[in-house]
Amino acid sequence: MSDPSSPQASPIVAVSNLIKQFGRFAALRGVTAEFAAGRLYAILGDNGAGKTTLLRTLAGLARPTRGSVLLLGSADVRAVCRQVGYMAHPSLLYDEMSGMENLRYFARLYGIEDDRRCASVIRAVRLDPTLERPVGQYSQGMRQRMSLARALLNDPKILLLDEPFSNVDLRSAREMVSLLVEMRDAGKTLLVVTHQASLLDGSADEFVWMEAGQIVARTRDLQRQQPRPEGP
Amino acid sequence: MSLSSGITAATLAKDIRLEWRSKDAINSMLFFALLVVVIFSFSFDPLAEDSRRIAGGLVWVAFLFAAVVALNQTWARELRNQVLDAYRVSPAPANSLFWAKALGNFTFVGVLEGLMTPLFIVFYNLRARGPAWQLIPIAVLGTWALVVNGTFFAAVSLRTRSREVMLPMLLFPVSIPALLAMVNGTTAILTGDDPAKFWIVLLATYDVVFTIGCLALFETVLHAE
Repeated sequence: MSDPSSPQASPIVAVSNLIKQFGRFAALRGVTAEFAAGRLYAILGDNGAGKTTLLRTLAGLARPTRGSVLLLGSADVRAVCRQVGYMAHPSLLYDEMSGMENLRYFARLYGIEDDRRCASVIRAVRLDPTLERPVGQYSQGMRQRMSLARALLNDPKILLLDEPFSNVDLRSAREMVSLLVEMRDAGKTLLVVTHQASLLDGSADEFVWMEAGQIVARTRDLQRQQPRPEGP
Repeated sequence: MSLSSGITAATLAKDIRLEWRSKDAINSMLFFALLVVVIFSFSFDPLAEDSRRIAGGLVWVAFLFAAVVALNQTWARELRNQVLDAYRVSPAPANSLFWAKALGNFTFVGVLEGLMTPLFIVFYNLRARGPAWQLIPIAVLGTWALVVNGTFFAAVSLRTRSREVMLPMLLFPVSIPALLAMVNGTTAILTGDDPAKFWIVLLATYDVVFTIGCLALFETVLHAE
């Protein structure tokens, strides 16, 4: 690993020797890592490196084949799910309903009855809560932002974001980065899987590099100084 | 209202709203059931005495096949954009989702039955010779038997590649006792030959057993990978 850095503060997320197999294919091969509270981590790597599987395992959507996950000190991910926000690559929204209708429904799942909470997170992602258009008619960027609003509904301490900038224009992506930095400064922990690492250059506290189901490097800046094996 | 029943109500309201806007399930169910009524009315002489004996079977088989269409649709919309994952990562109890889906399907199939029953009566010239009011408990208990198992097995087959084929394969064998009770009970009332009480009790027992079984297993099904 180049410039390995362990979090100085107590970890809010810890995984130990995490292995996830799908049949014979191992998506995660013994991942061990700790993530400190109030930091923004960018998780980078090629397709198939295991980034999404790592996030899904932390969110409780995939069960580890072996190894352990600790979120907020608890090994039971479901027990702390109120403290976790998850944004997936697909929007996790109903296309036939408006943004507000979607969020009102998902708020009920967390026992949130107050529509003002829904309106406030929609405004936080720079969208209009009174927009009556169904989400299916949103632009990709608007859908991504509404998806982020859904993940923020329960005011989570940990945010797991899978490709939040994909298909988003540069200006919107930069706005989203500013929002993520604001959330980090407010004490939230963010794990962001992305292929657009340059957007987080100067904003992320740490870059976590994954390859073939393993964390191969953790660096403080985007320049990964690791000798690569030479080809034949 | 408790948190769990509040989530059930919110999910049910959401499903009804989505169905009202898309009309995916109700349109396909109606079209299918209408086809069955028309085709069978051409295949048999609907005025013959024999048709009174087979009408119970025709009605329920038509509703069973039509219900499968609705059952597939209700879960299919949870797969678009992987919305089901948003439910899975939330603290909402699995059984709230199951109740909402089962009640939603009960409503949709109930609407179908309400619309199709007059057509069956007209096309097959049906008149009950037994106590006609007993058709109500048979319809309610029979519909619940179809949707409670259908909702559960549709969730089981959700992640399989050919779920449209998988659902009938799982659902129909399990539904045989309920279907038998529905058909025999309806025929008994239409012909007036036998009392339908035994079949009503059988349906009620079936409903209680399978509702409890589905509720006990649904959390495992929902969180399965």
